[in-house]
Amino acid sequence: MKMKKYTKTHEWVSIEDKVATVGITNHAQEQLGDVVYVDLPEVGREVKKGEVVASIESVKAAADVYAPLSGKIVEVNEKLDTEPELINKDPEGEGWLFKMEISDEGELEDLLDEQAYQEFCAQE
Amino acid sequence: MNYPYIPHTDEDVRAMLDFIGVSSIEELFSSIPVSARSSLNIPESRDEFSVFKQLKEISEMNNSLEDYAVFLGAGVYKRYVPTVVYDLAMKPDFLTAYTPYQAEVSQGTLQALFEYQTMVCELTGMEVANASMYDGATALAEAALMSFRLTGKEKVVVARSVHPEYRAVLRTYLEKRGFTVVEAGYDETGRVLLEEVDEETAAIAVQYPNFFGIIEDLDYVRSRSGNALLIVVVEPVSLALLEPPGSYGADIVVGEGQSLGLPMWFGGYSLGIFATREEYVRQMPGRLIGQTVDQAGNTAYTMILQTREQHIRRARATSNICSNHAHAALIAAVYMSVMGPDGLKEVARRSYNAAHYLQERLEEIGFKLCFSGEFFNEFVFNVPEDYPDRWRKMMEKKILGPLPLEEFYPELGDTALACATEVISKEDIEKLLEAMK
Repeated sequence: MKMKKYTKTHEWVSIEDKVATVGITNHAQEQLGDVVYVDLPEVGREVKKGEVVASIESVKAAADVYAPLSGKIVEVNEKLDTEPELINKDPEGEGWLFKMEISDEGELEDLLDEQAYQEFCAQE
Repeated sequence: MNYPYIPHTDEDVRAMLDFIGVSSIEELFSSIPVSARSSLNIPESRDEFSVFKQLKEISEMNNSLEDYAVFLGAGVYKRYVPTVVYDLAMKPDFLTAYTPYQAEVSQGTLQALFEYQTMVCELTGMEVANASMYDGATALAEAALMSFRLTGKEKVVVARSVHPEYRAVLRTYLEKRGFTVVEAGYDETGRVLLEEVDEETAAIAVQYPNFFGIIEDLDYVRSRSGNALLIVVVEPVSLALLEPPGSYGADIVVGEGQSLGLPMWFGGYSLGIFATREEYVRQMPGRLIGQTVDQAGNTAYTMILQTREQHIRRARATSNICSNHAHAALIAAVYMSVMGPDGLKEVARRSYNAAHYLQERLEEIGFKLCFSGEFFNEFVFNVPEDYPDRWRKMMEKKILGPLPLEEFYPELGDTALACATEVISKEDIEKLLEAMK
């Protein structure tokens, strides 16, 4: 199982087997502007879908990042501590935020595919 | 009727009324019920001269602490403040209740606050200090909340030798929100007695010197704190002599800043000191002023890291404090600058000496110390059962005597907390001894 999905709160989720990699979308990055600080969750933390797990500060705003799925945080992108600008440079690649082990695959159905996300952004 | 200090002319008023389509001032306020308007029992206007005279008569009914020998400390201290401090601090340019959001018109205030933060860091041995909190008690409560954010844990251990009113505020802030406050007792030295803390504890809070005046052994506290953060409540003037808490690995240092140049007022306003380590700065509450350069490359000051604050982060802000005590911090900055490190040391040393001399004299007439630990400028001693009555009577002789402790520490029996600062003279002490006999 391998797929990439999106949320209405502008996170992207790349799923490979039971592990989901999460970041913010290019659209979200453009809205935020230059990122100066990222507050990442602790590895091992159990999170519920929709819970605030991280926050991103840019020169003009602070935005919360929500867990797109329920599960356990298994890895965070420590590079962001010293290079938060990776989120602007490569939001859907090197600028990933954290990886989580999914506990409820049923929740995948609530996520958007790329086309639905693009349509959602166009409407917003 | 027109007054020279009300800038609106009759034409201005007419133009404003016409603009909103109301015929008269009376009509503008017509939605206020007549009963509410007529119930204001305000006398006819009078001339300034007679009002001033009447107010002066009323003010002369006050007792001024200037006329008292003050042996009551317990968190608020009578000190001598050089007149130049208020000449500078009360300049109208500085007197605003507003936060200096607009850096371009607030450089003076911002620089003073930046200097204040720097001096607080020097005194406490910490890396970053905010531009003030309300007072010592709320600063302690905010420190506990910050420790919960940092650790994800929900319990704080607080020494019983921390100011009783601070502990009460701590409980008010925390318990209704579901956090746990546990007290740790003290031994015969008057210092805190700690069990090894468990893994659920976010922080340990102690006071240094503590409420009994005893200088806590922060090495011991640190050795018992395990993975918990160490919060230290301080009296800033004492830090001119004592090793700063930062040297003992304190994580958050808070305190009451009244003794840095603020009068005792009538219970406030006062000044909350708050300092921490740089790595924790994003979880710190309160305003923070930073130094930077402007477009032309000149040194400039501005509020920084505002993403912690509620005007940016709303519900997830680090604190709901929106107004700080900027002017109190400014007074403290001027006081510390005027005194300098040597001046502050002298104030601290004189306070220490006066308190130790007072303790010796009390001992000579039979009043025994309650604790064996080394004290700074306050100490607990045993008093007769009728002391609280005598304490009240002393006030008639213009003595504010040592504080009876029974209300706060029933387990100590008949005791009182004495304080001496640099303004206490030998004559004051003899006067107290006479009243104690």
